[in-house]
Amino acid sequence: MNFDVVIIGGGLSGMACGIALAERGKRCAIISTGQSALHFCSGSFDFLGYVNGFDVETPATTLAKVIPPTHPYARIGADRAIAIAREVPAFFERMGVKVNGSIDRNHYRITPLGIMKPTWLSLADFDAIPEKARLPWSKVSIQNIAGFLDFHTAFVADNLERIGTECSVSAINMPEFDHLRTSPTEMRSANIAKVFEGNDDAVRHFAAIVERNAADAHAVMLPAVFGLADSHAVEVLKQAVKLPICFIPVLPPSVPGIRTQITMRRRFEALGGTYFLGDTVTSARMENGKVAAISTRNLADDELRASHFVLATGSFFGHGLEARPDKVVETLFDADVVADGDRDRWYNHEIFAEQPYMSFGVATDATFHPTKGGKAISNLYAAGSVLSNHNPIKEASGAGVALISALHVADLITPQQQAK
Amino acid sequence: MNISENNFEQCLKCTVCTVYCPVAAVKPEYPGPKQAGPDGERLRLKKPGFFDESLKYCLNCKRCEVACPHDVRIGDIIQAARIKYSKKKPGLRDMMLANTDFMGTVATTMAPVVNASLGLKPVKAILDGVMKIDAHRTFPKYASQKFETWFKRHAQAQQARYAKQVSFFHGCYINYNYPQLGKDFVRVMNALGYGVQLLDREKCCGVALISNGLIDQAKRQAEVNIASVRRSVQEGRPVIGASSTCVFTMRDEYPHLLGVDNADVRDSINLATRFVQMLLDSGKAKLNFRSDYKLRVAYHTACHMEKMGWAAYSIELLRHIPGVEVVVLPSQCCGIAGTYGFKKENYPTSQAIGSSLFKKIEELKPDFVVTDCETCKWQIEMSTSVPVQHPISILAAALK
Repeated sequence: MNFDVVIIGGGLSGMACGIALAERGKRCAIISTGQSALHFCSGSFDFLGYVNGFDVETPATTLAKVIPPTHPYARIGADRAIAIAREVPAFFERMGVKVNGSIDRNHYRITPLGIMKPTWLSLADFDAIPEKARLPWSKVSIQNIAGFLDFHTAFVADNLERIGTECSVSAINMPEFDHLRTSPTEMRSANIAKVFEGNDDAVRHFAAIVERNAADAHAVMLPAVFGLADSHAVEVLKQAVKLPICFIPVLPPSVPGIRTQITMRRRFEALGGTYFLGDTVTSARMENGKVAAISTRNLADDELRASHFVLATGSFFGHGLEARPDKVVETLFDADVVADGDRDRWYNHEIFAEQPYMSFGVATDATFHPTKGGKAISNLYAAGSVLSNHNPIKEASGAGVALISALHVADLITPQQQAK
Repeated sequence: MNISENNFEQCLKCTVCTVYCPVAAVKPEYPGPKQAGPDGERLRLKKPGFFDESLKYCLNCKRCEVACPHDVRIGDIIQAARIKYSKKKPGLRDMMLANTDFMGTVATTMAPVVNASLGLKPVKAILDGVMKIDAHRTFPKYASQKFETWFKRHAQAQQARYAKQVSFFHGCYINYNYPQLGKDFVRVMNALGYGVQLLDREKCCGVALISNGLIDQAKRQAEVNIASVRRSVQEGRPVIGASSTCVFTMRDEYPHLLGVDNADVRDSINLATRFVQMLLDSGKAKLNFRSDYKLRVAYHTACHMEKMGWAAYSIELLRHIPGVEVVVLPSQCCGIAGTYGFKKENYPTSQAIGSSLFKKIEELKPDFVVTDCETCKWQIEMSTSVPVQHPISILAAALK
């Protein structure tokens, strides 16, 4: 099969790159071993949340001053990275995804345990909370679905009370949930979302109970388990409840994350892209230092040929990198990696300290071509968490690096002004 | 490093499989693929008594495996557990539903009588009440002449004139219910310059035997089929099937579930649309199309097609036909899963699983839904107003 661009990896970075290129008329394929880390997404996208443990308030003005020269943002160029970041809300809007937030000022998101963390963009389900030290509401009603074990109201209330919020907690019962409770282990976020999918009556019934439970609270906090295939259920619920609703992400799988995955894939395919799910790239055929074709398990003898290839395989979790007893390797091309040669220095025994292995990744030249034996593979580009020299947890930069590097790589392959 | 089969030690319990399980969403009695698969396997390895008969609700659609980020063969773990631990013996109904070859041979001989009586209300009532085959179901009509008989009488003699040859695994559906698709396949292959032969001996691929717990019989049939495939491949004829499920079963379920080794011939068992599309794409063959062909079709990706990862071939092939507009339906299970949906106890689950697909099809109102799976065809034709065709039939109709 022949394509203009073949993207290896179907997560946030791979899909963003594929969509940007398909928008410019390129014929693209994405290969994804299974579903992506978007299924564990909070519903917010971080760009740069922390520097040396301190919260970043204004990423756009701070970035150039604080970013080390080897960091993917610095390699893109701080100004260019910010310029791309400014395009992202419109990029999402074209898919039908509305986001809150701005690169000029971080806002706060609430974690599943009720902690406030700085972030860049949040799906429109979630409020962009302006301050860390207090919520916009002094009295909230936290409501769970009875029997749902992945939303921990007591932790949330405990942590929100610490920032001066008066919290009341209640649980909602509806006949629709009895059915789910038959199998308590399957009373998970996605199955709850499916109860409300295309069933506006159930959403309105739920809303009526929410209002009754809320009494004199100023806002309602609900688990983010609404709107799987699209955000319709979220909109109906927000309309039906008079009080502001503040959704809180729950333990995985993430309903807003799954919706983002579904929406991005749908957009990619609507633009003519081919998405191979549940397939794995088994080998690459090189010719004169370039990638000529790749082979996959399912397509077997039918190679995928393209002019450009994108490596968006992720880090250790996505199997883009693998830790062997004596070294860290990039699994597909055996490209050069940036990693400590001494295994003893991979980990910090303080589990919450900065972990060196988190910054390991593929070595690239200035234009994001992975190198092999020090020589750039000129039609291969790396994007997302497979890149080296950034720490998505300590910096709160994972989604930002995924999106910004993907859109940068798309620009390198087909500059926007040359687009059809 | 794995020491167990099916990659199950790679499971992180992330629950992504359960999100995409068509059954877990509508049938809470089913514990879902994570619990039924790797989680349950950990317990079963300790003590077989942990086996739970509710694993029978698994459709074996393999969508859990397609979704798994860590390549765990969840569906295989579940089916292997059913084979190993289930104490439940298949009853008469399951034997009848599973034995497509035997039932087909009897029924085609008496097709007019069988077709008429299967449609009768009293017969349906008996099937429903006594046999527990749901009365809502319409049985696929039996043909009065088997495909094999037609082929031997009307097509076989002409095949030798082609330099290149393939063997056709027609499967039960084409042989007993819908010989027209087999005729279409022969027409397309001949137009591409290929002669078509039958295998020396062909048995039902066994998918229904596997899902109804008749494993020994499935194994015997698999061995017959693989021996025939091997002979064909040795004689230079790759084996092609039109049904995505037959092809998937022979390629993957034989070694994974039945322990029938096919490693030497697996790559020579191909799907019709993939074979044709790769041939056209390579430029080694060309087809002449009618200029007056106009059609709007919606492609439905059957579960085993999704698992094989080959839907792109069927979609590209349809797009290759001048005058055909292709809409791709979101890939999801239609709910029938072979004989599963015929069983009275599964009927509501089966329809609930497919309901969003049927709604989408009614909204689109295409001329045809197109799919590579015959049981999806029955389900979609029963549940929507839109007729269903195989891509090869669409292609054949477009030829000059």
